[in-house]
Order: sequence, then C-alpha cells, then structure tokens
Amino acid sequence: MSNPARDKEYRMESNTDNTTLLAMLESMLRIRAYEEKAAALQAQGQAPGTCTAVGQEAVAVGVVQALAADDLILTNHRSAGHLLARGADTGRMLAEVMGKSTGYCKGKSGSLHISAKELGVVLTSTIVGAELSLATGVGLALAMERSAAIAVCFFGDGAACEGAFHESLNLAALWRLPILYVCENNQWQAFVHRREAMAAESVGDWAAAHPMPCASVDGNDAEAVYAAAAAAAAQVRSSRQPYFLEARTYRLRGHYEPDDQHYVDAKELAGWRGRDPIAALQARLLAQGVLSAESLERLHQRVAADIDNGLAFALASPYPAAEELATDVYA
Amino acid sequence: MQQLTVNDAVSQALAEEMRRDAKVLMFGEGVATKRHDLLAEFGPERIRNTPLAEGIIAGTAVGAAAMGLRPVVDLLFAPFLCYAMDAIVNSAGKLRYLSGGQFAFPLVVMTQTGAGWGVGAQHNHNLEAWFVHSPGLKVVMPSNPADFKGLLKAAIRDDNPVLFFSDLSLGYQAGEVPDGDCLVPLGSAATRRVGGDVTLIGYGKTVAACLQASDRLAERGIAAEVIDLRSLKPLDEAAILASVRKTGRLVVAHEAGRLCGVGAEVAALAAEHAFAALKAPVIRLAGPDAPTPGNIVLEQAGAPSADAVAAAALKLFESIA
Ligand SMILES: Cc1ncc(C[n+]2csc(CCOP(=O)(O)OP(=O)(O)O)c2C)c(N)n1
Repeated sequence: MSNPARDKEYRMESNTDNTTLLAMLESMLRIRAYEEKAAALQAQGQAPGTCTAVGQEAVAVGVVQALAADDLILTNHRSAGHLLARGADTGRMLAEVMGKSTGYCKGKSGSLHISAKELGVVLTSTIVGAELSLATGVGLALAMERSAAIAVCFFGDGAACEGAFHESLNLAALWRLPILYVCENNQWQAFVHRREAMAAESVGDWAAAHPMPCASVDGNDAEAVYAAAAAAAAQVRSSRQPYFLEARTYRLRGHYEPDDQHYVDAKELAGWRGRDPIAALQARLLAQGVLSAESLERLHQRVAADIDNGLAFALASPYPAAEELATDVYA
Repeated sequence: MQQLTVNDAVSQALAEEMRRDAKVLMFGEGVATKRHDLLAEFGPERIRNTPLAEGIIAGTAVGAAAMGLRPVVDLLFAPFLCYAMDAIVNSAGKLRYLSGGQFAFPLVVMTQTGAGWGVGAQHNHNLEAWFVHSPGLKVVMPSNPADFKGLLKAAIRDDNPVLFFSDLSLGYQAGEVPDGDCLVPLGSAATRRVGGDVTLIGYGKTVAACLQASDRLAERGIAAEVIDLRSLKPLDEAAILASVRKTGRLVVAHEAGRLCGVGAEVAALAAEHAFAALKAPVIRLAGPDAPTPGNIVLEQAGAPSADAVAAAALKLFESIA
C-alpha cells in the first residue's frame, strides 16, 4: 500500500563518521551480550524471565545516538537496549533484573519496568500502550517549560493496536507536543504475528492519518536508523511538533524467556537471522577497513569484561530488606 | 465567613491553587468551556479542553505529573473512569513503587458520582472503593462546601495521585466556607456531632442522612456521634476507633455497594481493634449489588436514607434489651 504521507524512506547512508559507527557497534554488542546473559541467568534459575529484544539493537542504538543529553525516553517491557544505549550501567541493570537493592529501581522493577531518571529514561511501563498514553504528558511538560528537549516514545506494533496509539498521536498533533514516536515493528505481538492482528500492512499507514511527518526505516540497518532518527529528532526539535518513525525489524528470540519459538515460521526467522543488524554493521566496517579483526576482538573482550564485572556486582549486591515491601508506595 | 455552594467552593479552590502555583493546570472534556473564569485568568495553556478520550486525558496527567506539573483532570462521571483506569491504577498508582521511588505523581482526578440525576448506571456508579483498593492512590469524598474547598486544595498540593469524588447532588448545596487559605488535610475525619451512645459514620451525601438520623435519635434520648470520613484513603482509623470505643455501637452508611465497600473496611476495623468495646453487631447500610437504575424513584431507594440510618441505630439498642 503506498502512502503519500509516508513515502520518506531512509536507506543505508555512509555519511556517518567512523567514530560514531564504532561506538554504535560497541553499544549493540553490549546490548546483545547483556540480553544473552539475562536469558542465560533465567535458564540457570538465577533470574526471573525477561523480554529481550535480540535482533532489534540497531533501533535502540540508532535512535538514542540521535538524541541530545537532555532528551527524554519513554519505553516498554523490551527496554534494556534503550537503557544501555543511553549509558546505563550493566551492573545496576543486572542487579535490578536479579532483584538486588543496587538496581536502578532498588530491585522493585525487575527486568520489565526499569526506568532511570538520571539517564533521562523517564518512564517505563509494561502495560502495552501505556507508554503512548504517558508520552503526551511528558511532551506537554516539555512544551510548557519551553524546553529545548524532546521526548522519544518507543513502542511496538502490538501497542499500536491499542486505542492509546491513536489517542496519543491525535493529542500530540493537536497540542503540538515535541514527541518522536518510534514504533519498533518487530513483526510480533507476544505470540501473535503482526499479520494476524493488524489489518494494515504497517503502523505508518495508521500514523499517516494524523497530521505529522511520518517516515519508515530498515530497523536492522543501524546507520540508516541513526540517519532517520537524527532527521526526525531535528524536525521535532525545531518544529516542536510530533513525528512518527517506524523501524521495520524482527524479534529473533522468543517473547519472554524461556520461549522455544515453536510458533515461529522457521524460514522467516532464518531470513531475518541472515540480516542480523550487528553482523551487518560489523561486516561493513571490516570490509571498509574501519575495523580490523584485532580491534573487533578487543571490542568483544571489552564488552564481555563489562558484562562479567556487572554480573559480579549484581551477584555481590544484597536483596532489599523485607521492610522495603511497602516503601516508595506514597510520596 | 463566606457562604458558598459546593460548585463555587470548588472553583475558588482551583483558582487559588492555580494562582499560588504555576505548575497547576487543568484539562478535560469541556473544562475550558465550562470554567471560563479560570480560562480568562490563566489562559488556554493551563486550562484546556481535550478530545473525548478519557484514557489519554488520564495518561497525559500521569506523564505530566511525573515531570513535575500538577495536573487536575475532570473526567466528568465516575463510570467514565473505566477508560482512565489503566493510567490511574497501573501507571500513577504503581510506577512510583516500581521505579524505586524515582517519580512522584502529583495529580488530581475529579469525577461526579451519586444518586440524584436519574440518568442510569452508565452515568452513575459509586466507584470509590475500587480506588481505595489500589495501592499508591488517595481517595476523598467530601460532604460540604468547606471540605470541598479544603480537601481539593490539599489534594492539589499532595504529591500523590488523588481521586476526588463529588456527589453530584451536593453541587448547589450552600454552606459556610472559611475565608483565606484554608486546607483540610487528607486522612482526617471530622466529627460532625458529639454523642456517647452510638456512632454513625458516613461520607459524601450520607453524612446528611446520619445527621438527620441523629436528630431523630435525640428525640428518643439517644445521643449519636456522627463521623464524616471525607477521606477514604488514607482512612482516619484513629477517629473511627476512638468513637466506637466510646459508644460501643456502630452504623456505617454509604451509597456504593456493600460487598467489599468502604463500610466493610470500617466494620472490620471495629471488629479487629475495638471488639471488646462493641455492645452490638456493626450494621452496614449500603447500595444494592445492582447497577443504578435510570429512574429517580428506584435510584433514591438505593441510597441509605435518614430513616434507614435511624432505624438501624435503634436496632442496636433493641439487641441488648
Ligand atoms: C495491556 C497489555 N496487554 C497484554 C500484555 C501482555 N504482553 C506483554 S508484551 C506483549 C506484546 C506486545 O507487542 P508489541 O507492542 O508489538 O511489542 P513487542 O513485545 O513486540 O516489542 C503482550 C501482549 C501487556 N503487557 N499489557
């Protein structure tokens, strides 16, 4: 379906500087390693189940790379990539996942609702669609403060099927709120394929009904995501109006650990595995000579050491005292 | 002291708080149309009409509150809270806790409830107990103009989400309201009449029923103590228990359904902490487990009347005879 309001399509661009690309690669590697560690901890019974976003790292890293330090992020249950790309500490993240008091939320969030005010990750909600409903309030506050910052709301194609999606976009357009909506269309809504749940081919078809710029991007191409997000963020920043960006990607692991993915079409999965965003960026940087085999090895080692140190910190951290059960309920 | 209607007391509270604190803003369906005085004074940025979409109204309030604004939203009639439930209960009530205390949600949700309009169950449903049952929220339901003003001002200044239920039949009721910046703290009940023989507890409109009942009881030589809860969460447990310990008899009345209602909590409190003082079983008067009919006669039949409260109290004296 062609859509005049959504014909802006970002393709691979090679005008991102090498330092940025290398930083993005490292961030993607860290997110992948972190999520694989979280899944492994679950399998060993050392942590509860968790929602990973393996395969979607390019969206998190590409978008966050395009933000200014004071921009704010709202996210959902699949948030680890957004937080880590924003600079979250792996130790405090793992501590939170394991319920330790040194976690970002004192061990009260678990893996699903980690927010970190100090990193500008202002709200994380695991009620599908709630992130969209809260985003207008964050955007309203930025607008009323005459802030230069913008709010970015990450959500899935499943959330777009909730009424809150249209309510949020309508109000943001009406009240001219500085919100960058980033739909991570990973083709899955828990155990239901997007095609089974959406009559439209893309979420952009719906967003285009609202008066705001819309664009879509290959979410497995980190550089293209970065370019698209940078253009989008710049437009939100200058226009103080919302913008909708859809990143087409794929959830390579299951919905929630553990998940044997028996319901997934093997051919579809294999096709997307072949388009792994980390492998793609790595191959490109190696081919261009930006990255050598040795420096890639060093990157991997640095990331592995970071995860190991983080895990050691989390393991050594205490659980909250039982009295914490009823603290932080009221201000 | 000034004489004000409940509606005017609410308007005064809103204006005073908006004047006092630039972070206070109000939005909802028709808010800017109906509260034109506020619109004229504070402008369209702080007094906003919204689309007809309670989910996003509430969600916007929650997101704005997390950012430090102090939104007051008007969701019109309590049944419409169902659309707003997610943002209020799952976000405002829980995200402070889940974030380890990183965020506060200083917002007020105003809504009307109670029999008196005859428009049926989809516009009238006494839902206060739902919110009392939800952690992280506070709930108030005043009975007179002074409390409407003082509680609303306190609710706006509170750093937690507060549900502000207005019994719609009280809107034009007039009463004395103290001049000046007069706050009623959340969590404090008011003793409306002092007596030593029986405790009558109500909130919202049933406070008047309890007061009328106490007049009737006085004619029979029974001195009733009347307590107006006004704040359902936090609940003034000390005031309830002190009165029950003094009188040994308790009638609690509200319009909302009896099952798991606020009256059940009050009765359980008395049983748990003042059992030795009780001279008779606690009586709860409440609405039926039925949707509110769109019929004035039936609608009124569901609300505990002064006669019903007085009769219940008398029964407590029969049981010892
Ligand atoms: C209101 C609500 N309904 C259902 C769920 C259960 N649930 C958790 S994640 C999820 C899938 C969400 O899909 P999408 O928005 O596309 O995000 P993705 O998980 O694909 O990243 C579901 C159904 C929920 N958390 N909240």
